Amino acid sequence: MTHIARRSLLLGAAGLVVAFLVPRNAAASATTVDADSVDGYLAIAPDGGVTVFAGKVDLGTGARAAIRQIVAEELGVAVVRIALVEGDTALTPDQGSTGGSTGIMVGGVQIRQAAATARAHLIALAAAKLQRPAADLDTVQGAVVVRGGSETIGFAALLGGALFDVPVDKAAPLRDPASYKIVGTSYPRPDLPAKLTARHFYVQDHRVDGMLHARIVRPPAIGAKLQAVDATSIAQIPGAQIVRLRDFLAVVAPREWDAVRALRAVQATWEAATPLAGSETVYDVVRATPVARTETLRNVGDAPGALAAATRVIRASYAWPIQSHASMGPSCAVADIRDGGGTVWTASQGTHRLRKTIARLLGLDAAKLRLVYLDGSGSYGTNGNDDVAFEAALLSRELRRPVRVQWMREDEHGWDPKGPPQVLDLRATLDADGNVAAWETVAMVPANTPNLPSIPLIAAVAAGLDGGAGQSAGLTSLNADPPYAIANMRADIKWLTTTPLRPSNLRAPGKIGNVFAVESFIDELAAAASVDPLAYRLRQLRDPRGREVLERAGTMMAWAPRARSVGGGDAVLHGRGIAYVHYKQSENYVAMGIEVTVERATGTVRVLRVACAHDCGLMINPDAVRAQVEGCILQTLSRTLFEEVTFDRARVTSTDWASYPILTFPDVPRLDIALIDRRNERPLGAGEAATATVGAALGNAVFDATGVRLRKAPFTPAAVKAALAGQAT
Amino acid sequence: MTDLTLRVNGQSHSVSIDDPDTPLLYVLRDDLALRGPKFGCGLGQCGACTVLIDGAAMRSCITPAAAVAGRAIVTLEGLGSPEQPSRVQAAFIAEQAAQCGYCTNGMIMAATALLARMPHPSEADVRDALAQNLCRCGSHVRVLAAVQRAAAEG
Repeated sequence: MTHIARRSLLLGAAGLVVAFLVPRNAAASATTVDADSVDGYLAIAPDGGVTVFAGKVDLGTGARAAIRQIVAEELGVAVVRIALVEGDTALTPDQGSTGGSTGIMVGGVQIRQAAATARAHLIALAAAKLQRPAADLDTVQGAVVVRGGSETIGFAALLGGALFDVPVDKAAPLRDPASYKIVGTSYPRPDLPAKLTARHFYVQDHRVDGMLHARIVRPPAIGAKLQAVDATSIAQIPGAQIVRLRDFLAVVAPREWDAVRALRAVQATWEAATPLAGSETVYDVVRATPVARTETLRNVGDAPGALAAATRVIRASYAWPIQSHASMGPSCAVADIRDGGGTVWTASQGTHRLRKTIARLLGLDAAKLRLVYLDGSGSYGTNGNDDVAFEAALLSRELRRPVRVQWMREDEHGWDPKGPPQVLDLRATLDADGNVAAWETVAMVPANTPNLPSIPLIAAVAAGLDGGAGQSAGLTSLNADPPYAIANMRADIKWLTTTPLRPSNLRAPGKIGNVFAVESFIDELAAAASVDPLAYRLRQLRDPRGREVLERAGTMMAWAPRARSVGGGDAVLHGRGIAYVHYKQSENYVAMGIEVTVERATGTVRVLRVACAHDCGLMINPDAVRAQVEGCILQTLSRTLFEEVTFDRARVTSTDWASYPILTFPDVPRLDIALIDRRNERPLGAGEAATATVGAALGNAVFDATGVRLRKAPFTPAAVKAALAGQAT
Repeated sequence: MTDLTLRVNGQSHSVSIDDPDTPLLYVLRDDLALRGPKFGCGLGQCGACTVLIDGAAMRSCITPAAAVAGRAIVTLEGLGSPEQPSRVQAAFIAEQAAQCGYCTNGMIMAATALLARMPHPSEADVRDALAQNLCRCGSHVRVLAAVQRAAAEG
């Protein structure tokens, strides 16, 4: 079956979910999922309605508004005439996973080019029909119009039912940013009225006739072998049954609460195992882990030589803890697998990738397997959604019935793949002016297995399927090098063979810990040089966009220069800190000032205010950018102040919101955010960069207040109190 | 089997539960096909499952359905619709006060209960009222603004 016929069939025979997502006018438009073809991204219905097919999805970020705005602007059509299909593997091109801030920067830009190609094609059709030069024509409100004239021809009439049938032209002319009317405006998010009145459809809401509810029975130790299950233990629960595949154990029941009861009641015997060393020693374990390979991320001048020759070398080590995605809603999926294929409804950030993984693990023909994206709870990287989708598919195949799996809270906190621990050793020496003469970073992070299709899925490993060995935590090495003009600079990444808990990409992978270290250490060097930390950064920073955000943040903070911390003996100390990042050394520019108080007696850090200057290039939707920056700041304040996954020798012990607390409403500071408009620059992502500065700005503020340097997150009251006591002794 | 009559969003519903301890959340979602209250933790810690019971914000994940038979239960869908949102819902829409929106049910229900008993809360009052409602996306500032907007428009 051709792609074109397949999409036509799927849209024509639209099930409940597709009917919900796709207005009826789109169903008439048959097209393809070819990522190099205009028809892969755009379809125009006979009534002129436009459907956009996006391989990337809206994870609560506002992309659902921004993608429409991009197409509306470039194609020349009203935003309200655009329907958007996201992440459905049968209907959308594979644009890669929605992660790494690529939704707009990569996905949106691809769609923009498809829309520009479509526009050029429509103008060419109209030029032939009207016998006018293309230069006289424009597209407005879904029609080609003669500039300054009155003739118009609607897009649908021009196409006459035909497809575009043209490849995406990388050279198709884009609209002049100076002419933008829709891009750059804060178009309201189309999904919020439904989300806020309970009319929105989340994956957790999906139901299929004949469906069973499942819960997964976890072992008492990671990787423990299942020795026996007592089926009589759940015999009194209506319809409950056990599904076991080697060490993978699940309970299912027709009613959801009965599945939960079965989970609580089931008696299983597991082998004792102690696969872990305990979270108290996590950084010792990191340092003792074998190095798979060392990568020199950056090497300028001769940092080792300069450090060896220096009379005074400043050293510090920093650490960032293991953290959880800690999604508010536990991961959930529904699967209906039969006859060698089927459908999985999932909130995975990478449906196209996951389709291949599930097909391979279950021996299905990938062409017969469809993954339909439905919104879940915010995921912030690869949380449990890929695992739960596979669990649902595995159980559906075994039971030959549709199965819905929802994780429990202890599954989400305990078993989501984690942001791995990071340790960084830093050394530097100063020149006669106090500037950095030489800098060296040695960063330790788990190695990424090359070309890993998906991280090993818990159920595949437990069931003895070939889940593929390996690990991946994303681009964790970036920003381990400082962004300043330093004559001798070296950053080495020690890629470690293993890490204590299964890792994955967690929002801004690695960069939060790296920038925490780098931007705290530059603060240490400023203090060593007796120079104000903002002035110290500015005098060693050349990039004008970087300087602009730093100066802006300084102004927002009404920064009063001082060369040393306030300190003092007051019960409540007050301070402010600053940090800067050029995200991935190639994307956003962010500078952030944070104002805190530190209560000496308790060690409690209160954040009063965060001021952030943010430059992400062209902003498609400034209010959506602002919301992302707010989320970056608040989530990372939470990670910096409160969050660390704990585990004993068997398994994770921080398995609920009491043992893994996050930021609450009383903790929320005032946020001042300045978004810098760069209409003529390429659009970058906004979902990650402003996370990276939070840890260092906060630690630098605590130093300013107390004179004590925090080199390890989280800054819990106990940790801060201990650090303050260390200073006193 | 236990038969219950629940009054939800102004309508009476007869439901049968086989476990007398069945939490209200499962009845609302699975038997009555309501989508407003969400499963977040099942422990009463996060607030995603919040409903109003006789006007008070309650955690439906730890409230047995049998314990609230006959009482007035209101869920997010009972407050308003996209076409006719309640004052609090309209304020949340105006402030674009959600990202993924999974937890927001709890904030809207808690804010609705707060404004009913305290029409003009201070910002500190709002923070206190929402102290047990968790949000992971970081929509807090907009949620606070939305509640103040709803209060101002009341």
